[in-house]
Amino acid sequence: MMSDTPKKAKAPSKEWPLWEVFVRSKSGLSHRHVGSVHASDSALAIEAARDLYTRRQEGVSLWVVPSSSIVASDPDEAGNLFEPAKDKIYRHPTFYSIPKHVKHI
Amino acid sequence: MSAELKAIYAQYLGDNSLILGQRLSEWCGHSPALELDMSLSNLSLDLIGQAQLFLGYSAQLLGQDLDEDKLAFLRDVMDFKNVLLVEQPNGDFAHTVARQFFFSAFQSLELEALKSSTDSELAAIAAKASKEVAYHLRFARDWTIRLGDGTEESTRRMQTAIEDMWRFTDELFHMDDTHQALLADGVAPDLNTIRAQWDALVDEVLAEAKLTRPGPCRPIMGGREGHHSEHLGHILSEMQYLQRAYPGAQW
Amino acid sequence: MYTTNLNFDKNKKPPKEPESVVEDAEQIAAFEARIAADEMIEPKDWMPEAYRKTLVRQMSQHAHSEIVGMLPEGNWITRAPTLKRKAILLAKVQDEGGHGLYLYSAAETLGTSRDEMTEALLSGKAKYSTIFNYPTLTWADIGAIGWLVDGAAIMNQIPLQRCSYGPYSRAMIRICKEESFHQRQGYEIMWALSYGTDAQKRMAQDALNRWWWPSLMMFGPPDDASPNSERSLRWKIKRFTNDELRQKFIDVTVPQAEALGLTVPDPDITWNEERGSYDIGPIDWDEFYSVVKGEGPVARDRMAAKHKAWDEGAWVREAAIAYGEKQQAKAEAA
Repeated sequence: MMSDTPKKAKAPSKEWPLWEVFVRSKSGLSHRHVGSVHASDSALAIEAARDLYTRRQEGVSLWVVPSSSIVASDPDEAGNLFEPAKDKIYRHPTFYSIPKHVKHI
Repeated sequence: MSAELKAIYAQYLGDNSLILGQRLSEWCGHSPALELDMSLSNLSLDLIGQAQLFLGYSAQLLGQDLDEDKLAFLRDVMDFKNVLLVEQPNGDFAHTVARQFFFSAFQSLELEALKSSTDSELAAIAAKASKEVAYHLRFARDWTIRLGDGTEESTRRMQTAIEDMWRFTDELFHMDDTHQALLADGVAPDLNTIRAQWDALVDEVLAEAKLTRPGPCRPIMGGREGHHSEHLGHILSEMQYLQRAYPGAQW
Repeated sequence: MYTTNLNFDKNKKPPKEPESVVEDAEQIAAFEARIAADEMIEPKDWMPEAYRKTLVRQMSQHAHSEIVGMLPEGNWITRAPTLKRKAILLAKVQDEGGHGLYLYSAAETLGTSRDEMTEALLSGKAKYSTIFNYPTLTWADIGAIGWLVDGAAIMNQIPLQRCSYGPYSRAMIRICKEESFHQRQGYEIMWALSYGTDAQKRMAQDALNRWWWPSLMMFGPPDDASPNSERSLRWKIKRFTNDELRQKFIDVTVPQAEALGLTVPDPDITWNEERGSYDIGPIDWDEFYSVVKGEGPVARDRMAAKHKAWDEGAWVREAAIAYGEKQQAKAEAA
């Protein structure tokens, strides 16, 4: 029943593109990055992500994004991007003293 | 409605799932991509689970100290009731996809109808299996289209595969006397209705896949009478070997 | 282990790494300080080239092991003796495929690609755990593999959850969560056989006889013959030495064999009260090194199977790409 493949030199096949996978494990939580899958179209990417990352019912929602679409901050710029926030300690609740007898604040 | 007739019907349902599940499990570790190893194993696991439920129910109806395993591992070919389609070899991946598409398109309609069976146990099993098979159909349909509308080679292989499987599709809708009796009692669905829906779905998918619907051909049937293709004997030899070699042992 | 350094020749000295010479001593010191402080290294962080290379090799080797590991057990799926055993075995093998995929995915964050790693495996350049180059001769082998091989793997994988490289650590956490049923199903099979018929008990003892020593060899060569261990420990790519893990495995497993009423195939194995551990007989390191070099009983068969699947499936992968590109073109034109 199996058709014979004629033997001939073939150019190496293109790889299935890489997609990043985000899972929301239950309502109320955010999507979390869990890893990546290879797939040749978005339907296949969702199926692959489902088969790989939600086998044990770990998800109510899946996002798949082509890895090439992800824009990441440059870790070398981490100092410029993130350090200034360290100085703005007034953004943190612990900066403020509230007398102990005042509740709910 | 006699328990025996229902038991036979449950075996038919279970045997379809079991033999197809067994075939799909042969791919594990050998399929074209790891991602496909995962998907095909999923399908196989779902089907084996269905087989356990349907055969378990059949055993319960028959009593006589039977169970799902005695039915699966100790019946010979003449007592298996599955359709011939599910016995066909995996072949190249196109044959696996064609077999799966034709079967899942049928099974999803069958299970949908079984959800309203007058037999509450069958209805319950169908309700659970329905969700799984919706996914099987989506998988098979998507791959039929990917391969049909992929490369020249994949189109050629897919066309050959659907033609090879076509002669086994008539049997899916065959209602023998047992089935007619079960239909009359509301236990089993009307396969003529299902056939019309199946035809429409197949036409739609084959068109999208740029494949040609095969012409009418002489149907090959006989599963419910225990007259199978040459493949079932080999499938059972492999599947049943341990239980046959060590009769009565516990595993 | 699946992650044991297999790229060595016991007669050669460890190679000098030229890359470290050009890297800034300050950068390396800062990196090592982060590791010492139990910080995690993420994909785009600065790392010594040797760290990156070692991790890519270790992760891809681990992934390859999971994938090839599907074959010895896959061999018995169609012949499993009950529907329940069939389903459990299929689920286990599927999990192994999934673990391979997690690890490939983690390795890709370091700049290698899935196809590159696949090519390395098929060409024989990349190694994988050679335990899988032993054949599964009876159903009892499936029990022995779950009990011993998975047992040994778990021993290594649990500490790796705290390895320094983020994606690898996270993959290991996922894997360990899923691994728990793998060993239990193997032991349960052994139990049913050991307390079954005489023929079944004979099968179980025979499987233990054949899988015991190879399982001990999974932990790799003795510490005094493992040249890169010290650096891997310092970089927290490795958390315990080969001998430490091997001893732990032996101490845990011998009582399990006794509970089965089976005999470990080592006439010299004795409890050492002073050490609080078992002393064992000599490991056949000649067998170990020859199997690592590619002479395992079914090494060629395993690779042939992977080649066949890859080659025969090429048209499928190509068709999927062609279809995907057509869809993409349609979407862009719309």
